[in-house]
Amino acid sequence: MWKTSFAVLALVLVLGGCSSKKDSATDSTSTTGAGGVGSGIDRGAVGPGTQADLVANVGDRVFFELDRSDITQEGRATLGRQAEWLKKYSNVSITIEGHADERGTREYNLALGERRATAVKNYLVANGIPSSRIQTVSFGKERPAVLGSDEASWAQNRRGVTVVGGPSS
Amino acid sequence: MNLFRSLAFAVVALLAAAAPAHAEVRVDVNRGRAAPLPIAITNFAGDPAGADIARVITNDLAGSGLFKPLDPASFIQTPEQIQQKGVEYAAWKPLNVPALVTGQVVPSGDGRIRVEFRLHDVFAGASSASGGQIIGTAFTTAPQNWRRTAHIIADTIYKQLTGESGYFDTRVVYVAESGPGERRIKRLAIMDYDGENARYLTDGSQLVLTPRFSPTAAEVTYMAFGNGKPRVFLFNVDTQKRELLADLPQMTFSPRFSPDGNSVVFSMSENGQTDIYVMDLRSRQIRQLTQTPSIDTSPSYSPDGSKIVFESDRGGTQQLYVMSATGGPANRISFGDGRYAGPVWSPRGDLIAFTKQQGGQFFIGVMKPDGSGERLITQAFHVEGPTWAPNGRVLMYFKERPGPRGKTARLYTIDVTGQNEREVLTQSDASDPAWSGLLP
Repeated sequence: MWKTSFAVLALVLVLGGCSSKKDSATDSTSTTGAGGVGSGIDRGAVGPGTQADLVANVGDRVFFELDRSDITQEGRATLGRQAEWLKKYSNVSITIEGHADERGTREYNLALGERRATAVKNYLVANGIPSSRIQTVSFGKERPAVLGSDEASWAQNRRGVTVVGGPSS
Repeated sequence: MNLFRSLAFAVVALLAAAAPAHAEVRVDVNRGRAAPLPIAITNFAGDPAGADIARVITNDLAGSGLFKPLDPASFIQTPEQIQQKGVEYAAWKPLNVPALVTGQVVPSGDGRIRVEFRLHDVFAGASSASGGQIIGTAFTTAPQNWRRTAHIIADTIYKQLTGESGYFDTRVVYVAESGPGERRIKRLAIMDYDGENARYLTDGSQLVLTPRFSPTAAEVTYMAFGNGKPRVFLFNVDTQKRELLADLPQMTFSPRFSPDGNSVVFSMSENGQTDIYVMDLRSRQIRQLTQTPSIDTSPSYSPDGSKIVFESDRGGTQQLYVMSATGGPANRISFGDGRYAGPVWSPRGDLIAFTKQQGGQFFIGVMKPDGSGERLITQAFHVEGPTWAPNGRVLMYFKERPGPRGKTARLYTIDVTGQNEREVLTQSDASDPAWSGLLP
């Protein structure tokens, strides 16, 4: 009982912080770090149901093949965990950010990012998450996670990122 | 800042003593690598601004690649001597320079200046008693308009000697870039076509992309990310007022004005599908033009407004298609290897410019509207986003280079022949240029 109300309180605080932050033009919620499973952060160190929790214990992003928007096998595993996590924290709303690498044209990449974000959303909805909890936004090639003009960098930038609350930019 | 509106040039033809000489001097703009036409451009007499005006005319004409301005050190007469005694054609003839530009700046008495210019055919003048003036014009305007006046004079010379209209009295709206690559700051900016008079239109708090001018250059349509909602906006350059094109729940992007300025065509994405729509700016009614489960984007009108070229991956990869401006069936026009994107119809109607990706390289190319005659005119690790000069002879685009501290982005111009590639000097990194028509 005590535990539950603590979790709710923490969530309210985090969301409150997020919404005031969103108003700022220079908001820089960091989701561009290496995230994902096994990043070594102990579960107890982050507030449950937060972005940090998602990054540390679930994995906040999936990656796409070149010019593709279908979810890879590895991506399905990540999104399966995200769906379970979202069921656990059923008050959490998310935004899926769709991103493309730099090796495409600007307008096509905006549409491709939207396609990728939609693919992630559809996977989560198919796994029981109400679509009313999920927004999507495409950043095209405008917000790479890593700099570098090589295959390894591009592979990390072709991504769908799940962000608790609003988008990170 | 509202030079556009307040400019009001009074223009008067300056007649020569006798009938103007027939223009023997001529530049062929269709040439491949023919030598540029030598031209002598004297400082304009009578005012310190006269040297500035001559410098801008010189840069315009030299930058076109069609003219070769002579070193003023070789000139036979001073600007003052020319104003006092007229052009001594026989004395200029041995320089072997066919074309000579002279002029003066005089106060018009009401706080404005009168800029007079004359273009001379040196060889005709040397062999004819009636003199060699081809054309003469006087402009009365406010002193701060000297730079535009110079561009207009350069356009007049270009038109007289090439038979084509010029492109110097124009502006470019573009995206000025700064900051680190992961969180690039992008601001709308506007400048003269040659990079002068640059100023920001937005403050950088929102990411902005793909600005495009209305036909009169009074308005810009572009895409901005605000509160996580990327949408198409309209921006009035004079009033600085910004307006959401349409309050739609989905992402709207890739906007472009129709040639009559009455509509904006754009893309909207929903559930992974991107289609093309058009909004009538007067009735605010939106019409859907394409409906396929693919990405249809980058629409651009033919200059007569009857057709739209766009890119679509409906066939598997990005290719170019042409449809009626009212929608309906679309014909694929690109069939070469690689992917074709971002088509832009030439203001002349004769060509469509595009960005092409093939073999890990990016290209700027052109093809005829029926897809024939494809020519790739420049190539690099990354070139993108061609935009036409109003005479359809020159393209501007941006080029990105990977570097140790992230990418750089710069603007370039190139003749449609593939000759004369030049960087447009901007203070910061720059991308997504859009060229205006000749200013009203």
